[in-house]
Amino acid sequence: MSAIVDAAAPLTPSGNLRRRLFVSQLVSGASILASFVAVAVLALVTYDVAKQGASALSWNFITHNPVGLAGGGIASAIIGSTLIIIFATLIALPVGVLTAVYLTEYAKPTSRLARALRTALDLLQGVPTIVVGLFVFGLMVVGHGESGFAGSVALSIVMLPLVARSSQEVLLLVPGTLREAADALGVARWRAILTVVLPAAAGGIVTGAILAVARAAGETAPLLLVDSLANPTQTQLLIFGHGVPNIPVLIYTASNLGIPEAQARAWGAAFVLLGLILIANIGARLALARYRARLGQ
Amino acid sequence: MRAPEADTPAERTESQTRRTESQTGRTESQVRPRLLIRDESGRAATTEVPAVPAPTAARETVFDVRDVSVFYGAKRAVGWTTLRIYRHLITAVIGPSGCGKSTFLRSLNRMNDAIPGFKLEGQILYHGHDVYGGGVNRVEVRRRIGMVFQKPNPFPKSIFDNVAWAPRNLGMKSGLSERVERALRDAALWDEVKDRLKESALGLSGGQQQRLCIARAIAVEPDVVLLDEPASALDPIATASIEELMLNLKHRYTIVIVTHNMQQAARVADRTAFFTLDPAERVGTLVEYDDTRTIFNRPRDTRTRDYVTGQFG
Repeated sequence: MSAIVDAAAPLTPSGNLRRRLFVSQLVSGASILASFVAVAVLALVTYDVAKQGASALSWNFITHNPVGLAGGGIASAIIGSTLIIIFATLIALPVGVLTAVYLTEYAKPTSRLARALRTALDLLQGVPTIVVGLFVFGLMVVGHGESGFAGSVALSIVMLPLVARSSQEVLLLVPGTLREAADALGVARWRAILTVVLPAAAGGIVTGAILAVARAAGETAPLLLVDSLANPTQTQLLIFGHGVPNIPVLIYTASNLGIPEAQARAWGAAFVLLGLILIANIGARLALARYRARLGQ
Repeated sequence: MRAPEADTPAERTESQTRRTESQTGRTESQVRPRLLIRDESGRAATTEVPAVPAPTAARETVFDVRDVSVFYGAKRAVGWTTLRIYRHLITAVIGPSGCGKSTFLRSLNRMNDAIPGFKLEGQILYHGHDVYGGGVNRVEVRRRIGMVFQKPNPFPKSIFDNVAWAPRNLGMKSGLSERVERALRDAALWDEVKDRLKESALGLSGGQQQRLCIARAIAVEPDVVLLDEPASALDPIATASIEELMLNLKHRYTIVIVTHNMQQAARVADRTAFFTLDPAERVGTLVEYDDTRTIFNRPRDTRTRDYVTGQFG
């Protein structure tokens, strides 16, 4: 191969450029294909749930409580799941965000505690949720009985590392120049964090929280252990001291009954669960958009 | 590795002579204030220093920097600096890249504290109080000594909220909108933004953003405003407006500006300090500090002369 270019040659690909162009096309084609596969899986799951669940779905299904083994609706489970998730978020969000604030804003880069904390969060994220369920079972259910709140605590443990890690990532993205600007104005650090750094990172924090909610909403294993004994015919508005019907446990028990009607109800409940997560997602994004508009961003 | 002297077409012997000269220069700037330290009467003693021009006697000292060295880990970034910064004057700090002028400036209001391994030797007295003394709170230091940075760094908030942020957080809540207007007027930005105070500050041009940052800094009425190359990211027109603004502000604030731009120092500064990187030890050192006119017209040190006449890198 000569390094000297023939200046008179036409400007069409020459030498190994043709091969390189081919490889380039191959790689871009493969990556497009791979992303299609990922989306296709999601589409298939959603389609399947929608197809199977839509037949069970009706206004009655989401507004009435169950009747008998496979009749009526799932209103009590919808309300129960929503309440359990709200309480889980109320626990996990502040703890997770404050952990992230400590890791990014206060801990020195060389801090051993911070490094240990980051590792612990990664480990916690890897803990099987059934183990989390067992832990909460031993902590709150043994001697006290099952409760919706025990479910909230278990789910908050599942959510915590997700919230903390995602918040940490977005807090790291907030430019250091903003912190410097706030420092140079003689305002205490915590006020800068509260009114400059966290608002600047709000978008990412909310996105992380939604992902955590979506993850926890369908979490079944811990709920089977700590919140599966409930009377689904009764709507519970308080989650303390007694079991609260919820969607994941309902899906699990209904699909195990072996009755076609019950299985249809399970599909319907799965569909409702997906819908709830979607609504939470859209709601949070709308709230964020309004918040941003108010900030003048 | 590229020593500044190597750039000038000097013979080895000549450059050696020069190094001796520079050594004397440093010793001089070290010795002078030592006389002051021995003399406890402080301000009055200024007149006794021979090399400082007469008008200095009437000047009130804001910063008394005494033999300050700044370290990052084991490395001495700025060495043995001694100078006084006077009230309601613009003091410029000039010098080539890497000579420690920004490090020096950031040491004045403890902005370097967050940098791992930062250490300061010597003393910086601010109105007689040791900035690094025990019991001194750096938040309080910065409350009185504000700072504007090289790159405009407005908060992702509205124009109004940017200026109002610090007053709000410092409890200066009464007459807030008047305070914001005054700061924006002082920063020569009011007329351009008065109709869009609620819009995002990020929509402003670079020059406007920098003036907003100045407005934000003076909204809390600090005593000193430190400017770290405030115009280096701006075009000449925006630069001119920042310079004009500084000249207007100096009647109320003590201003210290680090600048790359010698013309800028010559245009705005009353006093100029020239730093350079000591070629042998790679330490930023103060070469000469005097009235701006003297620095640019009759510098005593050959290195200063080379730098201000452009014979230097």
